[in-house]
Amino acid sequence: MSTEVKKNSQIFQDSNKTYYPKNEIEVSSVVKELYKKNLPTELIGTGSKSFIGNKIQSANKLSLSKLSGIVEYLPEELYIKVKANTPLEIIEKELEKNNQELAFEPIDFGFIEDGKSNKGTIGGYLSCNFAGSRRFKVGSARDHILGFRGVNGKGDIIKSGGTVVKNVTGYDLSKLVTGSFGTLVALTEIVLKVLPKKKLSNTIIIYTVDKKLIKELFEKISSSCCEISGAVYIPEEPQDENYNHNKEMVFKFNDLESKGSFLALRIEGDKTSINEKIKTITEELELKKLNISILDVHQSVPFWKKINNLELFAETKNNLLRAVIPPSNGNELMQKLGSKYKYYIDWCGSLYWIEVQSKKSMKIIEVKKLIKELGGYLTIVKTSEDYDYEETIFTVDETRLLISKKIKKSFDPKRIFNPGKMYRGI
Amino acid sequence: MSELVLPKIDKTTTDKKEYIFKNLAKIINPENVLSHADEIKPYETDALAAYKQTPLVVVMPENTQEVSNILKFCHKENIKVVPRGAGTGLSGGALPLQDAVLLSLGKFNKILEIDFENKCVVTQPGVTNLGLTYAVQHKGFYYAPDPSSQLACSIGGNVAENSGGVHSLKYGTTTNNILGVEMVMMDGTICRIGGKTLDQEGYDLMGLICGSEGLLGVITEVTAKILKKPQVVKAALIGFPTIEEGGNAATEIISNGIVPAGMEIMDKALIEATDNFSKAGYPRDAELLLIVELDGTESEVDGLLKEVSIICKKNNCSSLKLSKNEKERLSFWAGRKAAFPACGAMAPDYYCMDGSIPRGKLAEALLEIKKLSQKYNLPVANCFHAGDGNLHPLIMYDGGDKEQLRKTEEFGSEILKTCVRLGGVITGEHGVGVEKRELMCEMFNDNDIQQQLDIKASLDEKNLLNPGKVYPILRKCAEEGRVHVHRGEEKFPDLPRF
Repeated sequence: MSTEVKKNSQIFQDSNKTYYPKNEIEVSSVVKELYKKNLPTELIGTGSKSFIGNKIQSANKLSLSKLSGIVEYLPEELYIKVKANTPLEIIEKELEKNNQELAFEPIDFGFIEDGKSNKGTIGGYLSCNFAGSRRFKVGSARDHILGFRGVNGKGDIIKSGGTVVKNVTGYDLSKLVTGSFGTLVALTEIVLKVLPKKKLSNTIIIYTVDKKLIKELFEKISSSCCEISGAVYIPEEPQDENYNHNKEMVFKFNDLESKGSFLALRIEGDKTSINEKIKTITEELELKKLNISILDVHQSVPFWKKINNLELFAETKNNLLRAVIPPSNGNELMQKLGSKYKYYIDWCGSLYWIEVQSKKSMKIIEVKKLIKELGGYLTIVKTSEDYDYEETIFTVDETRLLISKKIKKSFDPKRIFNPGKMYRGI
Repeated sequence: MSELVLPKIDKTTTDKKEYIFKNLAKIINPENVLSHADEIKPYETDALAAYKQTPLVVVMPENTQEVSNILKFCHKENIKVVPRGAGTGLSGGALPLQDAVLLSLGKFNKILEIDFENKCVVTQPGVTNLGLTYAVQHKGFYYAPDPSSQLACSIGGNVAENSGGVHSLKYGTTTNNILGVEMVMMDGTICRIGGKTLDQEGYDLMGLICGSEGLLGVITEVTAKILKKPQVVKAALIGFPTIEEGGNAATEIISNGIVPAGMEIMDKALIEATDNFSKAGYPRDAELLLIVELDGTESEVDGLLKEVSIICKKNNCSSLKLSKNEKERLSFWAGRKAAFPACGAMAPDYYCMDGSIPRGKLAEALLEIKKLSQKYNLPVANCFHAGDGNLHPLIMYDGGDKEQLRKTEEFGSEILKTCVRLGGVITGEHGVGVEKRELMCEMFNDNDIQQQLDIKASLDEKNLLNPGKVYPILRKCAEEGRVHVHRGEEKFPDLPRF
């Protein structure tokens, strides 16, 4: 027995054929072994988002859950270096102590799974690259990763990036691994850009059902110099008793009439600048002509948490789709979704969360076609239990698939990591 | 300048120059294929003018299909290709090769669509960075990344280099400000990535192509995000009696939760040089000068300026001026923007370095550079994008003196190694190109570099697209040169560089 294999045999593997390496060197040893034996393996963290993506048929699992903890946090340098499987909650709590945050506002996917918080780990989160409501203002998760360390599919330990914002040394692999659903690298360490938290927030609620106006408002909001950091539209349709009841339960606030359709926009800053911005935006959006209310900071903060927890679709048993379109096509999409589907719009008119009740893929194909026609893309974030998988979870064109296959091969030539999680052949 | 090692010249290619010329002239308009010595001379270097190479031929395609056809031909015939935008790059990324076709995107100079509704501009890659802002400023919009060469540099080149500017901390670099690209792979495949939507599904190919220095594909179209101009912009000009106090103030501004739109530092040598050069009215008694720019609403900016003033006073600033109007704000910047030419006026030659360091290590870095300056007996002036940690030391020397040149190169190399030792990187925004190629191993080990080479090989299996750039050829950390300017002979000497 070679020394390396002996060393591997000490890495704990439970009865479910799951490896639990304790550090980066152990991850490398296990992967080298898997590579040698040609064994496809599922990478797992705490499993909070394991329902996203295609099902993986692999006998082995590699849990990275033991690679957890904050390595270095320098608030004045605006970065935090963490082991890749550090729970998001721990990171957020640590940042909170210094009035800082992850500006991309991570979504808590626990609510759609079983109705309660389960944020999972930072590594898992970055693997999906789904940003929260502040996306249109501050960028996505991929815009906040400065560097990483990890193990590629051959077992080599690799790194890219660093801790500084400005860095053009070599290819930017940090962005490439973000959103790759664990198909390129087993992440071991991540450096994240952090930003100061805004002191306060207020939310203006505009009550309207006029789709044309909603599109216009989104456009004006994104052109505003008031640095609006959140803009969502919650429609009143479809007229479904359960849905409306749920909506009223989720958005129970003193200053919010949640029965009808409404658009909500978030203003951040200190007290004086918030007042100043409210004045400006009132003029920019001609709010005096409209029916509005304002959520103070005590209501505004939990309101946006509920949006980012996808609480409107908490514990959904149906298919949940995430579609992104150019906002100018919003009017058409809203008209076509009409009363057929439950949906709401985030990212100032760009992001649509759509629930599709059908268990068959027919309706998903219909929505996907529509989104494509409107210049957007669609991901099935959650599938119903009996989903037939006739329509793929992710969408990709032939050329990009070919390039993606080549890139996959350069990281993981034997397709050890998460085979099929994103696309067939990757 | 040390002799540059380039990939071995492929004699089979140079021998069939006529054949290549004839075939390219069939693929595109023959008037757009240049091979006469006089015609191709302007293309023999980019803004790293110390290195010169005569390209085999220069082609100037007019549309994506032509680019694809050229690349297909070169791929089939095993001919190297060097893509080129405006040629303003400072690291030799567009340096031609004697056995390569130089593919100029100069004719891709049209803005294709201005889409205010979706806050983006679809443009050909040859349009200048500032051209984008000019196209949308009448409605109060602008394109955020602002490299100092923005008057001349092309947006396609910006994508290839992931260009930054002075506002990167708040507004990001190119990679954070584009929504889509069309590119052509070395085998001629045309690929569209992203579009008018935020983010994209699947592998972030845009993240990969941004900053890939023309090694992975040729950019033929860019969809860039535009932003609304901030309501109010104001700046503060602050002098400090010591480097440490100024450095500490900059760090404290950030740790107090303030994100300035721009924050610049200059040392005493540069304060004097620029003030002599541009009469900016800088405090000459200061050891360190800090310019802080803030944007937002009126009360927000005033509030933050107050906080900045308190922090600076706490750190014993010797002078503090707040801009009262737009004219005064621009005058604060005038000296800073004249930093490079001011150094050019002080010595026959200067080398500009481009390391990044953690902000908190500034005082340490500057003291180390001072020591090195004494060791090598060469004057140096420093400017620093304190917001994002990007340091530009300017070493002044006389290139006519070979010994001084050798010492300057050694000095420069030691500065970049110091940046890495302090937790930074060897290039913040100028790119690796040919000039910092051999220093890559200061930051990366064999595994790291191999992974990057594997990606390159997967997308360009014959290594034909811009070979000899970014990755070490010598396979040892040789000392190589940096931006080299001799008696104002830098290409585009009139471009502001900061």
